[in-house]
Amino acid sequence: MEDIFQKIYSPKVLKHMKNPKNMGKIADANAQSLVGNPHCGDVMKLYLKIIKNGGQEYIKDIKFQTLGCGAAIATSSMITTLVKGKRLDEAEKVTEKAIAEALGGLPPIKFHCSVLSAEALKKAIADYRSGK
Amino acid sequence: MKLVYLDNAATTRVDPQVFRTMRPYFTQKYGNPSEVHSLGRQAKEAVEKSREQVAGMLGCKNAEVIFTGSATESINLSHKGLIEALLPQFQNGRRPHIITSTVEHKAVLETCAHLETLGRAKVTYLQVDKYGMVSIYDVRKEVRPETVLVSVMYVNNEVGTIQPVSQIGRLLKAINHERTHNKPHIYFHTDATQAVQYLDCGADKLGVDLLSFTGHKIYAPKGVGALFVKTGTPLIRQLDGGDQERKLRSGTENVPYIVALGKAVELSQKSKIKRQKEMERLRDKLIKGVLEIPGVSLTGHPKIRAPHLASFIVEGVEGEALQLLLSDKKVIVSTGSACTSQSLTPSHVLSAVGIPAELAHGSLRVSLGKDTTEEEIGYTLKVLREATEKLREMAPDLSELRGAFATI
Ligand code: FES
Repeated sequence: MEDIFQKIYSPKVLKHMKNPKNMGKIADANAQSLVGNPHCGDVMKLYLKIIKNGGQEYIKDIKFQTLGCGAAIATSSMITTLVKGKRLDEAEKVTEKAIAEALGGLPPIKFHCSVLSAEALKKAIADYRSGK
Repeated sequence: MKLVYLDNAATTRVDPQVFRTMRPYFTQKYGNPSEVHSLGRQAKEAVEKSREQVAGMLGCKNAEVIFTGSATESINLSHKGLIEALLPQFQNGRRPHIITSTVEHKAVLETCAHLETLGRAKVTYLQVDKYGMVSIYDVRKEVRPETVLVSVMYVNNEVGTIQPVSQIGRLLKAINHERTHNKPHIYFHTDATQAVQYLDCGADKLGVDLLSFTGHKIYAPKGVGALFVKTGTPLIRQLDGGDQERKLRSGTENVPYIVALGKAVELSQKSKIKRQKEMERLRDKLIKGVLEIPGVSLTGHPKIRAPHLASFIVEGVEGEALQLLLSDKKVIVSTGSACTSQSLTPSHVLSAVGIPAELAHGSLRVSLGKDTTEEEIGYTLKVLREATEKLREMAPDLSELRGAFATI
C-alpha cells in the first residue's frame, strides 16, 4: 500500500524524518539555542561547535534536538547538513526557503517548521557572538 | 505484517458481506423507489427492509427512521429542522435555547454556531470533567424556560468516554413532565455515531427524540447515514424536493448505500455482545501495554469508555511524527496534535478536557475494529514503544521540555 505520508511529504523529507542526520547533543558546544514554534508548540534545540581557523570561523560540528512534526524533524536534519563544515558567515545566509528547497519542497502549511530551524541557527550564532 | 488498521473510529473497511448485499443495486436492481413499476417496487422494498433493520436496532417504528447522506447531515437536519419548526412559538426577541457540550463533534458545534449566527437560537456549551464527561447536574442547571433542545453525544470520538445519555434522557423526561403548557417541550438528541455497534441504542431506553449515526463507522460505505425522529417531534426539512423520506429529506434514495447500511446494522447487532466483550479485552490489553511506556497517560474515562477506543498522551513526542513512524511500520493510528490540523490548533476535545497544548501535541488515538487481532495489538505495542523511544531520542530531554514552554 502507498503510504499516506508520501502524498504529503517529498521523499527527501521522509528520508530525513526517518533517519535524521546530526541528531543529539554536543557536550562541549560553544553555541546553543532553544526556539519554540508559536503556531503549534514545537521545540528545537541546536548545539554548535564553532572553531577558528586561519582567521575564519567555521561550524565544526552541529547537532539538533527537536520535538515536532515530520517536517520539523526533517528541516532540523537538513539545516545541520547544510551548514556543517561551513564558514559562519556562509552558514548565516541559509534561509528557510533554502532548507525547504533542499528537501524537495514542503507543503505550504509546513513552511513555518522550516522557519523554526532557520531561527534556531540564527539564535545560536548570536549566542556565540555574544559570548565571545 | 500486513497493514494494521487501528483508525476504525475515523472510518472502517466495508464488510465484504455488506458489499455483496449492496452490489446488485447498482447494475441489476437499479430502480427508483418512487416509481411504481417492478424495478421501482423492488428498490422500495429494499429501502424499507433496511429501514426495518435500523428500526430493529433502535427499537422504534420503521417510520421513525430517516435515511440521510451522513451523520453530519442527520445532525444538521435534526437541529436546524427542529429550531426552524419551533421558531414561530418564540416572539418578542425570545429565542430557542440549545444545550450541548464542548466535546461534541464539529457537526453539532458548527450547526449550533450557525443557528446562533442566524439569530435563531442561543446555545450553552457544557463544560466537561477531566475525562470528557458531561454532568447531568450541569444539564439541569442550564435548563431555561426557552430550552428546546439538548444535544449530547453518546460516545466521544476522540477520547472514547461514554456520556450519561440515558440519565440525561430521564432527567429531561422529568423536567418535561413538570413543564406547564406555556413552556416548550425539551427535545433530546444524541450523536450515536461511535456507539451504535457496541452499546445499547434503544431509543426508549436512552430517552431520545432524535438520534443520528453514519454507516461508514460500522462497515458500510461512506455517504449514508440515518436520523431517528420520534413520532411527534417537530421538524422542518432542510432539503426541499420530491417528498422522499416521510417528506423530511427530499432526493432520490441512495438505494445501494441504504441497503448496505441496513445490512451493516443487522450484522453489528447479531454479534454485539460478543464483539463488545472481545474488543474490551483487546483494548484493555492495549491500554495496559501502552501505559507501561514511561511518560504516557490515558485520556478519557478509565472505565466508562467505548470498547473500541483507546487514547493517550505520549509526552515528549509529537503526534504527526509518531503517526508517520508507525505508518512506516504499517500501523495506522490517529492524533489530535496541532501539527496535523489545518488550523494548527490542538483538538478541541483535548482542550476541553483540560490538556494543555504542549501535551495535546503528543496525542495518540488507537481505535480497534471487528477484525483486530491479538497479534496485531502485540505488534502495535512493540512498534509504538520503538517509535516513541526514537522520537524522544531526537527531542530535547523531557525535563528540559517541561521548563521550555515557560521560557520561550
Ligand atoms: S512542527 Fe508543528 S506543524 Fe511542523
